[in-house]
Amino acid sequence: MDEAIIWLTILALSIFVGIEVISKVSSTLHTPLMSGTNAIHGIILIGAIFVAGTADSAPVLVMGLAATVLAAVNLVGGFVVTDRMLKMFSAPNKKTPGKAPAKKDGAA
Amino acid sequence: MIPVWVQAAYLFAAVCFILALKGLSSPKTARRGNLLGAAAAVVATAAVFFERPLGNIVPILAAVGVGTVLGAVGARRVQMTQMPQLVALFNGVGGAAAAIVAVVELHGLSGTHSSAVVTAAAAAFTAVVGGVSFAGSVVTFAKLQGLMTTRPVVFPGLPVLFGAAVLAAVAIAVMTAAGPGLLPGTILAALGLLAGVLLVLPVGGADVPIVISLLNAFTGLTVAAGGYVLGNVLLLIAGTLVGASGTLLTVMMARGMGRSVLNTLFGALKGGSTLGAGTASDRPVRSATPEDVAIMLGYASRVIIVPGYGLAVAQAQHALRELADVLTDRGVEVAYAIHPVAGRMPGHMNVLLAEAQVPYEQLVEMDEINPRFKHTDVVLVVGANDVVNPAAKTTPGAPIYGMPILRADEAQQIVFMKRSMRPGFAGIENELLYDPKTTLLFGDAKETMDKLLSAVKAL
Repeated sequence: MDEAIIWLTILALSIFVGIEVISKVSSTLHTPLMSGTNAIHGIILIGAIFVAGTADSAPVLVMGLAATVLAAVNLVGGFVVTDRMLKMFSAPNKKTPGKAPAKKDGAA
Repeated sequence: MIPVWVQAAYLFAAVCFILALKGLSSPKTARRGNLLGAAAAVVATAAVFFERPLGNIVPILAAVGVGTVLGAVGARRVQMTQMPQLVALFNGVGGAAAAIVAVVELHGLSGTHSSAVVTAAAAAFTAVVGGVSFAGSVVTFAKLQGLMTTRPVVFPGLPVLFGAAVLAAVAIAVMTAAGPGLLPGTILAALGLLAGVLLVLPVGGADVPIVISLLNAFTGLTVAAGGYVLGNVLLLIAGTLVGASGTLLTVMMARGMGRSVLNTLFGALKGGSTLGAGTASDRPVRSATPEDVAIMLGYASRVIIVPGYGLAVAQAQHALRELADVLTDRGVEVAYAIHPVAGRMPGHMNVLLAEAQVPYEQLVEMDEINPRFKHTDVVLVVGANDVVNPAAKTTPGAPIYGMPILRADEAQQIVFMKRSMRPGFAGIENELLYDPKTTLLFGDAKETMDKLLSAVKAL
């Protein structure tokens, strides 16, 4: 029983932390935030690796490997695409592409 | 027993994930936060190989490699306009991975900790909800990608079927908790798939972003439950973080659209929507040439631009920015009005305009800009529709009724740049198009924008 209570404690505290850390986010960042949290649950990858690594039969191994591929897509793709989005937010005015006019300073 | 240093690595990763979320909620720290999360993921993935001696190392590494390449290439190649589909897809495969893990665990359940029944129940939950998440995401993807209609799909008996699927899943889950096995696990996952499809089918196009966020939270919860099954604290913490923050995010988005989450999901089932009421599409509208509009804009003193998804699809955002620059140089006061759900998901338009290097300070959020429409000479609506549709205020039956809108109708003059008279993503007619104050500028947004730009330059 003790162990179950420990798990419940972790669960309860994590819920509050999860709510607390994003409670003040502006709608501007909703898309990257959704994409970023999406990447974090890709950590199921370690569960998939564990399953594949302890597989005792061929079908289980195949399922574990399939889960590993899918989870890796989620994890890596999620972080890469979030970074791509945020890169545009953080440095929008640093460099000017060749085609754009050099007038943007007047716009501020 | 898991080596202590591996557990410490998991703890480190868990803390990093929390800091990553914290960072993601402020523009200044967002990128650093995301990189921190990625670093934590790498550490945790390396640590799992030392949790206990694992077999099949070579195929596992190959599988990780394949997934990494697929994910990275997809993430790099995708256009910013297609971001919501990609997020839905990534979410779906994550849910599928969790479901597969759960099915396998149900198969070989050996009761590693205190209560094997609780573990089986958690695994059953993971299998079902993971299935829901995967199937729901696939339907969402199909709706966003235009592979199927964006209107709510409802058929008689859908609520009954959905209820039956959920009840069956609960019943089998209870049985599974008593006697786990591969077959019941597979059935559970299949029922989850069915429920996921039925859950998302009745959701209309405009509400799809909220559903993506909800399914994201679902996947988080499945990962958390999976963590309990596998006895892995990091999965529990990371999954719960995503589940909790994702739920909050979903509620915030729904509030931004003036809806409740339940109404979003089940609104269409109540038969409340009069979709595409189609009242007199042949009513007269006033259209103009780019030259006419150039004069309106060039001699105005205040202009507000309302950008929509159509702008980004036509890749006209660079020309639009140039137009805004030219107008500003003429002494016209220009601002962009950003609706919270402009684009295909909340905050999407900010990403799209950032890509076109529109100065951040010209983007004004809805609550701030709405009082300014009254004193605005010309509103230029480019490729947007639903976010300025007065039906949200005036037509109680409309699917977007109650959604806060940009008060473009209060401006002196409104110019719509549209490709055709087709209704917006929500599939409803926009009364504003027939308003005497409204002028329509038909054509491809990019082409028309270029013409408008040269006309303004020639003034």
